Amino acid sequence: MPTLTIDGQTVAFQPGQTIIEAATAAGIYIPHLCHKPGYSPHGSCKLCSVTVNGRNCSACTFPAAEGQQVISNSDQLQQDRRKITQMLFVEGNHFCPSCEKSGNCQLQAVGYQLNMLDNHFPHFYPQRKVDASHPDIVLDHNRCIFCNLCVRASREQDGKNVFAISGRGINKHLIVNADTGLLKDSQLTVDDCAAHICPTGAILIRHTAYQRPIGQRIYDHHPISEVALEQEHGK
Amino acid sequence: MASKLRVATTSLAGCFGCHMSFLDIDERLLALVEVAEFDRSPLTDIEHCGPCDIGLIEGGVCNAENVHVLREFRKNCKILVAVGACALNGGLPAMRNMIPLQDCLLEAYRDGIGVENAQIPCDPELPLLLDKVRPIHEVVKVDYFLPGCPPSADVFWAFLTALIEGRQPDLPYELVHYD
Repeated sequence: MPTLTIDGQTVAFQPGQTIIEAATAAGIYIPHLCHKPGYSPHGSCKLCSVTVNGRNCSACTFPAAEGQQVISNSDQLQQDRRKITQMLFVEGNHFCPSCEKSGNCQLQAVGYQLNMLDNHFPHFYPQRKVDASHPDIVLDHNRCIFCNLCVRASREQDGKNVFAISGRGINKHLIVNADTGLLKDSQLTVDDCAAHICPTGAILIRHTAYQRPIGQRIYDHHPISEVALEQEHGK
Repeated sequence: MASKLRVATTSLAGCFGCHMSFLDIDERLLALVEVAEFDRSPLTDIEHCGPCDIGLIEGGVCNAENVHVLREFRKNCKILVAVGACALNGGLPAMRNMIPLQDCLLEAYRDGIGVENAQIPCDPELPLLLDKVRPIHEVVKVDYFLPGCPPSADVFWAFLTALIEGRQPDLPYELVHYD
């Protein structure tokens, strides 16, 4: 098998794998939000930025190749990732104390993992809507980070094409495939992968809030580096 | 020993929950007052902050008075600390940022259910509201941040003992949370 190195560690990979797939298979965690095994790569959150042979790229989209020297766990990259996460926080409206996803939220958990103690940047406080039209599912645009996972899940797993990202730059937003633009008029149902895949609290299932008490939530005692490897690699 | 560290605390647009959590250090307060004394704080009723070593700020800024108090703290405190979610990102009060200020006032004082003798308060004693609630780092330089709603007593203790012992504060995973 061909090999590359990640932070000096030799890692074997299957031809066709991306760097993050090779890393996960070797039990190495690279922070990520928009990447999920089994879904086509998107490369939008940039948290998985690594240095490959001296140049930065997204580990979730970049193909692994023989002899690559990948740096992931450097002070500079961790600092960059912290800044990226801070930008994700100030761009939306992320108020953890009043969010039912808190404790089980990947965005929050990445913040913890990176020891992000503040948001650093000025807050946008954007005006965004909540779509509470669906009987089983709530869509809170305030918490959307445009990772595209619900878009991909609906297309690739559910075969429905319920979601899309529209607009550019600061006007980018998640749209719902329905004449009214409302979730209740879309094909989304509560058993869809797209309804469960959101890494933040943007898409929530009704009647499931606060079922796990504080102390028993996913990331209360286990950093996302452990949880992600366990889920994605079985380690 | 050298003179005691002076610590000032205040709650701006906060709920005093962070102060309550601070008091949850319980009997460790006795150890703290061996090495520290309080300047302006709800615990002392001192009205204005004098020269201090550490200033703990709970809450964001929602009105003109908050800005004045925050600047007074920054001017007088060698180390200024943002304490809790509201100081860090505006928190619950910042959820009014999605609604124009005029609409907030009209709903609360004129149009809301059960309002009697409707009038928007305009006594000159009342500080003017800002159009948006802001975290404190958008107004002054902040040296340290303690996230949490509230940060637990152990966070206060870990942070203050590190500063008192001259160490760089470093919160373990279990003590870093945003809720």
